[in-house]
Amino acid sequence: MMSGSPESESNPTPALELIDITKRFGGLTSLDALSLAVAPSEILSVIGPNGAGKTTFFNVITGVYTPDEGDVLLFGESIRGVDPHKVARRGVARTFQNVRLFQNLTVRENITAAMYGRTNASLFDIVFRTPRARREERENEERVLDALSFFGTRLQGYRLDQPAYSLSYANRRRLEVARAMATGASVLLLDEPAAGMNPKETQEITEIIGRLRDERSYTIVVIEHDMHVVEGVSDRVIALDHGVKIAEGSFEDVATHPAVIEAYLGRGSAARK
Amino acid sequence: MSTTPEDSRGIGTDEWVAQHGERAQRGTGLYARIGEAWMGLPSLVRWGIPLLLVVLVPFAGSNDYILRIGINLGLFLLLALGLNLVVGYSGLLDLGFIAFYGFGAYAYAALASEQFGLHLPSLLAIVIVVVTTAAFGFTLGLPSRRLTGDYLAIATLFFGQMFVVLMVSSDAVQFPWMDEPMDLTGGANGISNVDQLSVLGFTFDSNLSYYLLLIVLVVLATVATKRIHFSRHGLAWRSLGEDSLAAQHMTIPTVRLKLLAFTLGAGIAGLAGAIFASVQQGVYPSTFELPLLITIYAAIILGGLGSIPGVLLGAAIMTILPELLRFPEYSNWLFLVVLILGTIMYLKSWKLVPAVFAGMIAIGFIANVIFLAIGVPYLTTAEWAKGPLAPVLGSWIFMPEERVLIGNIAFVALVVAVAWMSLLTRRTTIILLPFVLWLAIFTWEVRLMLEPSITRQLLVGALLVVLMATRPQGIFGKPRVEVL
Ligand SMILES: Nc1ncnc2c1ncn2[C@@H]1O[C@H](COP(=O)(O)OP(=O)(O)OP(=O)(O)O)[C@@H](O)[C@H]1O
Ligand SMILES: [Mg+2]
Repeated sequence: MMSGSPESESNPTPALELIDITKRFGGLTSLDALSLAVAPSEILSVIGPNGAGKTTFFNVITGVYTPDEGDVLLFGESIRGVDPHKVARRGVARTFQNVRLFQNLTVRENITAAMYGRTNASLFDIVFRTPRARREERENEERVLDALSFFGTRLQGYRLDQPAYSLSYANRRRLEVARAMATGASVLLLDEPAAGMNPKETQEITEIIGRLRDERSYTIVVIEHDMHVVEGVSDRVIALDHGVKIAEGSFEDVATHPAVIEAYLGRGSAARK
Repeated sequence: MSTTPEDSRGIGTDEWVAQHGERAQRGTGLYARIGEAWMGLPSLVRWGIPLLLVVLVPFAGSNDYILRIGINLGLFLLLALGLNLVVGYSGLLDLGFIAFYGFGAYAYAALASEQFGLHLPSLLAIVIVVVTTAAFGFTLGLPSRRLTGDYLAIATLFFGQMFVVLMVSSDAVQFPWMDEPMDLTGGANGISNVDQLSVLGFTFDSNLSYYLLLIVLVVLATVATKRIHFSRHGLAWRSLGEDSLAAQHMTIPTVRLKLLAFTLGAGIAGLAGAIFASVQQGVYPSTFELPLLITIYAAIILGGLGSIPGVLLGAAIMTILPELLRFPEYSNWLFLVVLILGTIMYLKSWKLVPAVFAGMIAIGFIANVIFLAIGVPYLTTAEWAKGPLAPVLGSWIFMPEERVLIGNIAFVALVVAVAWMSLLTRRTTIILLPFVLWLAIFTWEVRLMLEPSITRQLLVGALLVVLMATRPQGIFGKPRVEVL
C-alpha cells in the first residue's frame, strides 16, 4: 500500500540504530546481539511471537533498561543508558502495549502534559502570567488541535474536556498516539497500536500511521501482531524470536521466510493473515 | 479519512461510551440544580462572594474568639494548599508534612525571640525561614526518588515523628566546644515571647491584623495554585501522580518535579509556621503531633484530592466544625439534623419518611410508659433539658436518674442494633429503623451529652463517614467512571 522505498541510500545517518544490543534478565536473554537501523521517515515493523523481545526492544531504546552490551544511536549520537525523559526530549516518543494514559486528566490535558519538554515557562512565569507563559499557552492549544486533527472528529469537540478514563478503548489508543506526537519527537515507537480495535478502526489506524510518515515525516517503528496492519504500513519488516533477528526485508519476504513460519507454528500459533 | 460526523454516530463507534461519563456526572434533583446554577456564575462572582463574606466577618461585630478561629482557618488553608501540591497533584504520600510547619515555627521563634537573643527584622526572618524550610523539604523529598506509595509514607512519617522528639529533647544539647549543655528548643515548654510580625513599620499586634494578613496570603496562594493547576508544571505534577513511568516517557523529569513539589510544599508550610509562631508568640512541640496531620489529610481528602475549591472547603469544614461543636446546644442540633437528613437520604422516598418518623415518635412515648411502669427513677424536664429544644425533647425522652448506667446499656444496644441491621434486607431495616432512631437519640441525650469532648469527636467522625459515603470522590472531586 505504501511506497516501499526507504531513503537510506540518500541519507547516510540512520534515525535510529542499534548495534549488537544484548539485554538479559537473570538467565533469560531477551535481546541477543540485535543490530538494526531505521532510516529517517521509514516505517519499520517488528513482528514475532509472544515473548520474542519486541517490547524489551522499545524499553532499551527509551531508556527503561540499559542494555548489557551494545549501543543505541539516535541520529548518530549514543542514547544508551540515558534517562527516559531525556530520550523523549531528544526526539523518541512511544506508546504502550497496555495503554498508559493519565486516566484522570482530560484529553486536552493528556496532550498538553506531554509538551513539558518543549516548553520553558518557569513557575514564576506561570504564577505571574508573563507574556512568555501566555504565548506558550496559545502555542500549546494550537498543538493540541493539530495533533488531534490526525484523528478526524474522533477526539474533538466535547471529548477534548473528557477524562481519559471515559474514552473507548480505540480512542484511548488514538489519544496515546496523539500524546506521543505532542512531545515533539521525530521518532515514534508504537507498541501494538491496533490491539483491541475492530476491523474498521484497524483500517483507520493503518492509514493514520501512513499519513504520519507522509505528511509529517515521522520515523516510525511499529510492533504489531495484526498482519493486515503490518502489510499495510511497512517499508520494511523484521522478525524477532528469542531476542534474535530471524528475518528482515519486505513484508512478503519476511512473511514467507521459513524461520518466521517455524517461529510462529513452532509455538502453535500461526501468523494471523 | 472517512470519518464524517455521520458515521461517527453509527454502530460500532463510541459515542455512547464517550458520553457515559457526562451522563453519570449530571446529577438530578435540587442539589444538582443548585450546583449547576452556581457553576454557571462567572468565576469572579463564585470566588468573590465567599471572599467578601470572610473579609466582612470582623466588621460584623465579631469577637476575638471568632477571629482566632479565622486565623487558625487561614493557617490551615495555607497548609492544605501546600500539601495539595505534594499529595493531591504529585500523589506523593508525605506523612512528614507537619514537620515542615513545625520547623518553620521553631525557626522563626529561634530567629525572633530571646532564645538566642536574636531579634531579626520580620521580613528577613521570614525569608530565612521559608528558604531553610524549603531546603529541609528538599532533603526529606530525596527518598521519593526511589520510594513511592506506602514506603514513602512510612519513611516520611518516621521523619515527622522524629521532628517532635527532637524538639522535645533538644533542651540540653552538649556541643563538644562548649562547657555547658545548650538549650536549643526549650524542650517540652517550647519557646515563648516570640516577636510579633512587623513589616515596614507596621506591627501585627492584633488578631484582626493577622486575620487580614492571612486572607491576603490565602488569596495569593489560591490564585497561584489555580494558575499552576493548568500550567505545564501543574500538568506535569498531575501526570506523574497518575503514572510516573508514562510521565517520564512524555519528557517529564519526574525526579526533579517530585523534589520541586516537596520543596515548594515545605516552603509554604514554613511560611505558615512562621506566622503561627508570631500569632501565638510562642511555639510548643505538642502542636505538631499526629492529630494535626490527620486533620489536614482529612481536610484535603474530604474536599476532593487535587481540587482547589475542594481543598479550601475541606479545610474550612475541618476547622470550623469542631469549634461549633464546642457548644452543647449546637452539637445537639447538629446531631438531630444529621440523623434526620441521613435517614431521608437513606430512605429516598417521601412516603416512607413520615411513617418512619411517626413510628420513632410513637416508640419514644411507648418507652416512656414502660420506664414509668417499671418504676425507673427519672429527672424532670427542667432538671436536664436546656436550650430551644428543651420542651420538645423534655417530654419525649425519658431521662433516668442513672444516666451513666442506663446510657451505657443503651449505647451497647445501639451498636449491636446498627451492626446487626447492616446484615438485613432493606425491608426489615426500614421496619426496625424507627426503633433504632429512637435508641440513637435516647443514647445521645442520656449518655453522650454528658461528655461534650466525646460527642464532638463522635459527631465529626460520623459526619466524615456520611460525607465520604455519599461522595467517595470528595466534595469537589470528580467521580471516576471506568469503562469496562
Ligand atoms: N523486567 C523484566 N524482568 C524479567 N523478565 C522480563 C522483563 N521484561 C521482559 N522480560 C522477559 O523478556 C521476554 C521478552 O519480553 P517482551 O515483553 O519484550 O516480549 P514481547 O515480544 O513484547 O511479547 P508480547 O508479544 O507478548 O508483547 C519475556 O520472556 C519476558 O518475560
Ligand atoms: Mg510486547
